[in-house]
Amino acid sequence: MILALLRRVAPIVLIAFVAIAGPVRAEPVDDALALFATDKFDDTQKGVEELAKSGHPGTADILTALAGGKLFFNPADRMIFYRDASGTLRDARYGAPSTVDAATLKTVRLNNRLRRVVEASLGSADLISPDPGKRIGAAEAIFKSRDQAALPSLDTALANEKDTRVKQAMEVARAAIIVTFPGASDADKIAAVDKIASRADQEAAALLRSLPADTPEAVKTHAEGAVTTIEHKLALWAALQNVAYGISLGSVLLLAAVGLAITFGQMGVINMAHGEMVMIGAYTTFVVQQVIAAYAPGLSEGSLLIAIPLAFLVAGAIGVAIERCVIRFLYGRPLETLLATWGISLILQQTIRSIFGPTNQPVSAPSWMSGAFDVGGISLTYSRVAIVVFSLMVFFALLLVLRRTSLGLQVRAVTQNRRMAAAMGIRTDWIDAMTFGLGSGVAGIAGVALSQIDNVSPNLGQGYIIDSFMVVVFGGVGNLWGTLVGAMTLGIANKFLEPYAGAVLGKILLLVAIILFIQKRPRGLFALKGRAVEA
Amino acid sequence: MTRSLFIDRTGWIFLAIVLAVAVLVPASNLFLPAGSPFRVPDYLVPLLGKYLCFALLALSIDLIWGYCGILSLGHGAFFALGGYAMGMYLMRQIGTRGVYADPILPDFMVFLNYKELPWFWHGFDMFWFAAIMVVVVPGLLAFVFGWFAFRSRVTGVYLSIITQAMTFALMLAFFRNDMGFGGNNGLTDFKDILGYNIQSGETRAVLFLLSGLALAGGYILCRFIVSSKLGKVLVAIRDAESRTRFIGYRVENYKLAVFVISAMIAGVAGALYVPQIGIINPSEFAPAASIEMVIWVAVGGRGTLVGAALGALVVNAGKTWFTGVLPDAWLFALGLLFVLVTLFLPKGILGVITDGWQRTQRRFRSDGSVPAPVPNAAE
Amino acid sequence: MQKLFGTLAKTASTLAAAAMVAGGLNAAAAAEDTIKVGVLHSLSGTMAISETTLKDTMLFLIDEQNKKGGVLGKKLEAVVVDPASNWPLFAEKAKELIAQDKVSVVFGCWTSVSRKSVLPVFKELNSILFYPVQYEGEESERNVFYTGAAPNQQAIPAVDYLMKEEGVKRWVLAGTDYVYPRTTNKILEAYLKAKGVAADDIMINYTPFGHSDWQTIVSDIKKFGSAGKKTAVVSTINGDANVPFYKELGNQGVKATDIPVVAFSVGEEELAGIDTKPLVGHLAAWNYFQSIDTPENKAFIEKWQAYTKNPKRVTNDPMEAHVIGFAMWVKAVEKAGTIDPDKVIDALPGTEAPNLTGGTSVMLSNHHITKPVFIGEVNETGQFDVVWKTDGLVPGDAWSDFLDGSKDLDSDWVKLKCGNYNTKTKKCGGQAS
Repeated sequence: MILALLRRVAPIVLIAFVAIAGPVRAEPVDDALALFATDKFDDTQKGVEELAKSGHPGTADILTALAGGKLFFNPADRMIFYRDASGTLRDARYGAPSTVDAATLKTVRLNNRLRRVVEASLGSADLISPDPGKRIGAAEAIFKSRDQAALPSLDTALANEKDTRVKQAMEVARAAIIVTFPGASDADKIAAVDKIASRADQEAAALLRSLPADTPEAVKTHAEGAVTTIEHKLALWAALQNVAYGISLGSVLLLAAVGLAITFGQMGVINMAHGEMVMIGAYTTFVVQQVIAAYAPGLSEGSLLIAIPLAFLVAGAIGVAIERCVIRFLYGRPLETLLATWGISLILQQTIRSIFGPTNQPVSAPSWMSGAFDVGGISLTYSRVAIVVFSLMVFFALLLVLRRTSLGLQVRAVTQNRRMAAAMGIRTDWIDAMTFGLGSGVAGIAGVALSQIDNVSPNLGQGYIIDSFMVVVFGGVGNLWGTLVGAMTLGIANKFLEPYAGAVLGKILLLVAIILFIQKRPRGLFALKGRAVEA
Repeated sequence: MTRSLFIDRTGWIFLAIVLAVAVLVPASNLFLPAGSPFRVPDYLVPLLGKYLCFALLALSIDLIWGYCGILSLGHGAFFALGGYAMGMYLMRQIGTRGVYADPILPDFMVFLNYKELPWFWHGFDMFWFAAIMVVVVPGLLAFVFGWFAFRSRVTGVYLSIITQAMTFALMLAFFRNDMGFGGNNGLTDFKDILGYNIQSGETRAVLFLLSGLALAGGYILCRFIVSSKLGKVLVAIRDAESRTRFIGYRVENYKLAVFVISAMIAGVAGALYVPQIGIINPSEFAPAASIEMVIWVAVGGRGTLVGAALGALVVNAGKTWFTGVLPDAWLFALGLLFVLVTLFLPKGILGVITDGWQRTQRRFRSDGSVPAPVPNAAE
Repeated sequence: MQKLFGTLAKTASTLAAAAMVAGGLNAAAAAEDTIKVGVLHSLSGTMAISETTLKDTMLFLIDEQNKKGGVLGKKLEAVVVDPASNWPLFAEKAKELIAQDKVSVVFGCWTSVSRKSVLPVFKELNSILFYPVQYEGEESERNVFYTGAAPNQQAIPAVDYLMKEEGVKRWVLAGTDYVYPRTTNKILEAYLKAKGVAADDIMINYTPFGHSDWQTIVSDIKKFGSAGKKTAVVSTINGDANVPFYKELGNQGVKATDIPVVAFSVGEEELAGIDTKPLVGHLAAWNYFQSIDTPENKAFIEKWQAYTKNPKRVTNDPMEAHVIGFAMWVKAVEKAGTIDPDKVIDALPGTEAPNLTGGTSVMLSNHHITKPVFIGEVNETGQFDVVWKTDGLVPGDAWSDFLDGSKDLDSDWVKLKCGNYNTKTKKCGGQAS
């Protein structure tokens, strides 16, 4: 009542005010802004809606600030402020820089419902952004919100759009509105259904499945047909998706196991501290990121790349130290290396726990590794693809080192026949240390990659040690290719079993399968031929 | 102490100590007054009982590892299966005293909406049945597993890794609540055994005595095996498997037999462990636990039986002590112990003791009790 | 023969000495004029990640209390042991604390199984355990005081919030395969069905401990969420498995605005290990958040960070539970005028202690406490912004009203002296026979 009265009186007052103050116009924007200051989600939502309707020139800035948690209100006088991209505090009503004390302000809070509303409102504004990525994002937001108010601006944007990808996204977004638009004809709606179906993904199917009850019959049946087609396509893709996930899991296993394929496979050391080398690699990544964040924030995007050689060196150096101090006394007694390295793994875990504490450490992903992209009906995440590529790179680099360098030649010579190699003038001591260092260093590199998908905690290595041994033994001890094939086979088999048997039962079945497989081929997939095995 | 007896001097000393402890500890706990300095306090009885069970378990590992070269990294599985068999009996004894007061179903089943007892729980309300299962279940698993593995001539590291896979698979399986073994929580809150309150001092004393007797019995059995002809063949297999096979022995049968016996001993150890500790859950199947068991044997001295038992005692007592006094750093101590023992005491603690003995006595008789250095067991 | 006997005796005495050493050393340090407080939290193994903080919290609280002059005119002394995430070891260490170190109260345990493991010990030796973690309920013991949330103090308010504020119609109940998620999900399933949610709209998924490959499950969740109804995930995923789960969510682009995830086991400590930018808007339900703006909380955080000499050290819900539990214990001991466990147990129900969120928690006769419930959204700094809270404090309910086996059970240690009283048969279940 009072509000209504105010609305009537306000123009009169404001006209008088304008006459004095000049450019200030009377607008509903004041009502809208006032709603932000009540600290209630319902009011904030109304505020966003009113603000969008008001056509206030600062709307986009205010909403962007709201979405970023940079919109504030003063609890005392209910004035609204925002911080712009450059960090300047501005008055929301006039956009002028403000000198108000930031400490007295409270942030306008958001929840998920509000975030959706803000995104949808911003959607219309971003449609005319010069950045094509933003325009696509805006179209996506409209597709999700199906906000009919956005139709006019969408139409204008469509008319001016040159980029075909953006255009496609906008057309789909428009179709999403048309399908439920009360004024559209059945034919238009059917065409819209086809347009949406052209996306052929989960979101499209979801939209078509959830058409409102008052949709005309013809449109409904057409949509159902489209959904069935999409589902068929998706089922096909699902199988491919399993392969993709399997390869991704396989590459993680490969990374974890490839270092072990050197220390255990080549040298015969049952290296229970292998997992800890992976962990040390992950912690190196963490330290590198912390140092870069503190001293050279400009390099943060490349922190992982910097961490790779460092992790190799740190883990490798620790590996060499372990070899020199402990393992060299134990050659010829492989089962005793198990006991000693188990002890070492306990010590390393506790050392890390003492230095960094028992809790997880945050390792952030560079922006080029976050997010996902779609290939047909499957969505792949950049980080997983990066890990697949990376694991293969590590694998082939290692293969190259062993096959094509003199170090590799000497390593193979020593592992095949130590005394003969020594007689040929190879410093077997030094080669042993280098080999163990190489295996440990590679494990450290694996840690850099695993820090992206797993906990960086003192227990990190424990989770991978058994799987790593399974991979190496399944593939065949002493054969790098066996490790590659073993890792990929286990990864893909696991992912195909998981949907049917569940994660746990799938893993149990896989373990039983490995046990049975070893019965059939007691020396793994790629057994070494010749007398070396009976040494 | 003639040559004909299969137990040597170290063995007699060991048996005497075990039997003395088995009798004296419970007796002092029960009969001495509470203030007496010689009285073993209540909490120590089950703790020492636990060590005895672990010692028996270590014996079973040493039997196959020390004398036959089979390094099982999955012996925890047999121990845990024996423990579960006993635990299931104890669960059934709770009856209506559970929180939901269901006369048949254990609490966790009521809670997971079981309407009737799963088939594999039948029979466990009878002690004799459970007692048989304590040896049959681990024995059967060992038989099936060994039947395949030894026939296919899976040896060395490969065998170790698949035993590890076995216990890991069992751990995952027992963790599943759908399996009907109580999932992660396992079996606990036991009330009584054969009608006696499981928490009373007398029951604990009897359980302790039984553990001691089982350890002594297990030792005599193992000693009997390793000094019989079977034992000689086992050592031959350990030292040169192919040669033994070429001479005409059916290596796989010998291995299978001793593997099954070892699993059964481990099962008994598990069954004695559970009522004294009061809980059995899938973490006993954890591969890390099994590795630790092997380490007890190595620390004590592999291939000596007595050393295995000694190692189990030393490592576990150390663990108990360190986790109390150095809660933040005990892993350093434990890890260092393992490294140092492997580096400097290849024959284990018992090796040091016997060597010292040898030096002071200068009349050490070689009667086969301390075998020659163990060769590369990965073949 | 004499020689043999001599050796025997020597070895036996060595053994005995070893046994004494095994159990005896830290008892020797005990002075008579202190009251000992046992701290039973894993400092190594898989649970160290969560429990170490609680050990530090207890040391901090004891330190603070000693500055105020201790209890009953005596200083408090903490006895810390490491049960190493090994459940049988929990029982053993509990025994050591009570029988050998003679502690008058124990603060400890995190997982349900560790609590179950020590229960018989506390009953047998008649001591007191304060258990600070949210748990599945279905238990009420005379010797245990549960200062964490029961399911009705966490799960149900969270689901209510999602239904009301987010309009969620379709539910994924994802958890680790153990007793807490199983119970919580059973309660939620019954609750959701009672609210008219169809069975098709509920998906239940269990994963093993430490599960690290979430690709398939996250993509299943995405698929389940694309059926055209607003979908949310209720996560009871435990500990270490959370980080890879959230990383996968972030990577696969599951945003909180599309499919919000509400977690019951993810607090500030867990978030400290994750880059939270992709996770903004995902939710958690707790009885305490570090970000809650009250003078008590501010003061506590300041002192805590000063004590740990780490200005970034976070606080979390189980810590607050220990704060409340410890304050209640101190009050009860002072009320009883003794540390005799029976008297303290009788004095505890009805004891009030201020919580850090501005209210006053009361120990109820079922040994649970009253707590407020907050829903928080993850923000960019790894903290939670509170978006909703209950009007008053919610009393903890040991026996859920939504489970068949337990809806007739009641717990009252003051009048009925019974933890599982059957209101239908009018009998005390466990003690009847």
